[in-house]
Amino acid sequence: MEFFIQQVVAGLTSGAIYACVALGLVMIFVSTDHINFAQGEMAMFATYIAWALIDAGVPYWIAFGSTILIAFVGGLLIQRFILKPLENAPVLALVVCFIALLSIFNAMAGMIWSYTIKPFPSPFPALDLTGHGLVNVRQLGVVGVTLIMLGILTVFFRYTTLGLAMRAAAQNASSARLMGVRVSWMLALGWGLAAAIGATAGMLVAPLVFLDPNMMTGILVYGFAAALVGGIANPAGAVLGGFIVGVLENLVGSYVIGNELKLTFALAMVVGVLLFKPAGLFGRVIVKRV
Amino acid sequence: MGAILEAKGVSAWYGLIQAVTEVDLQVEQGGVTALLGANGAGKTTTLRALCNMVRRSGTTTFDGVDISRRSTEDIVRMGVAHVPEGRGTFVALTVEENLKLAFHTRRDRAAAMRDMDLVFDYFPRLKERIRQQAGTLSGGEQQMLAIARALMLAPRLMLLDEPSFGLAPLIVQEIFRILRQINRDAKVSMLIVEQNAALALELADQVYLLETGSVVTSGPSDMVRNDEALRKAYLGY
Repeated sequence: MEFFIQQVVAGLTSGAIYACVALGLVMIFVSTDHINFAQGEMAMFATYIAWALIDAGVPYWIAFGSTILIAFVGGLLIQRFILKPLENAPVLALVVCFIALLSIFNAMAGMIWSYTIKPFPSPFPALDLTGHGLVNVRQLGVVGVTLIMLGILTVFFRYTTLGLAMRAAAQNASSARLMGVRVSWMLALGWGLAAAIGATAGMLVAPLVFLDPNMMTGILVYGFAAALVGGIANPAGAVLGGFIVGVLENLVGSYVIGNELKLTFALAMVVGVLLFKPAGLFGRVIVKRV
Repeated sequence: MGAILEAKGVSAWYGLIQAVTEVDLQVEQGGVTALLGANGAGKTTTLRALCNMVRRSGTTTFDGVDISRRSTEDIVRMGVAHVPEGRGTFVALTVEENLKLAFHTRRDRAAAMRDMDLVFDYFPRLKERIRQQAGTLSGGEQQMLAIARALMLAPRLMLLDEPSFGLAPLIVQEIFRILRQINRDAKVSMLIVEQNAALALELADQVYLLETGSVVTSGPSDMVRNDEALRKAYLGY
């Protein structure tokens, strides 16, 4: 029983990270209608920036905040200079562009900071709360940060007119323009926010898996699974999807298929959801009269 | 009075194909101008060219200001509301969100809230459906929503692209009655594109007849209404 609870808690912790990655994917999807395959590598790159800042003696939380800010500006610039010229390009061209970004960020990180793994500090102490190693502060911290981000995003999209304008721009760009919405800036903003969320996810992941240029590769697959399970257009669904994927993956891994097949399990979930419930478990099917 | 909108020598293209050639037209301050013609005559393209939604040339002035090189968003923000062909509904947003989108560009929040009440006075049906996903509305309701969305921008000029398209005659009557009311009470000038010529002639005071991308004739709507040869040749009734 204790082993079981331990696995669930560990699953929730990794689930929180998948949720963060999924939130970044959802963010781009909601604001641009695209899936950003480079989301993981952008997060990894941002984490290296945080590492470099901390390594230079900047206190953790200041490095944390500035990294988020830098990532936001970086995401904005990527949209303005790389994606904007492709505004009218077919979807496949964009997919190729996202994959190019993925390898560029991966290679740049390797070139600048080398491929040797680096330890990354966590702001939360590994302090045991229950006395027999079940739940510690670090795990709670990761879950907490994820939930706070979800809260901020939900409020932003549901209750601010800027969030509304971003959703409208993604849904129907030409109609949004006719409402005076500066669509191309909304897209840039979406990219900035997604990059900032990704950076947060990266900084949460790094203490658990160590920092190296490939640290997000596997996690991105789980992030996809989480986003799809929860519904790709639904932030709250994505977070719940993250926790579901995290816990299931851990339980199935330790009781049924063994750790080696965990990633396969995540991919199977992606295929399963797309086959049987394409809108995701919590996604809203968009009803439309024709 | 003078013109609120004036187009001079406006041409427009889709890729390499020229759809509109050297169109001159005017909308009087507080007036309603109708742009009539058969399918493919270039009516929609002309409207789009006025808002810079297609590649175009020529000059357009709105209230004396040259808007030929402004972006669509800027033109909208200046007070030109375009109700597009196909209604441009944000299907996944609720009716309320569709309308509140206007708050994004408006600084005067209190006045915008009042406009929302005003819009619901015009279209009580939308108020009943306020929390409903806009994609689930009927065609007529979506057309009402499109007009309501445009009104939320507190426009001085509305460009209406076939508001009667695909709707039942009773709904069309209702929509045109409300348009007349908006024109009279809210002093919104209008440029309306229509296939239903008889209906548009009733609402409009000026008419332009378009054929293969050029204006063939123009004048007061009474003139066109009373000229049987013209009506038969271009409007088919």
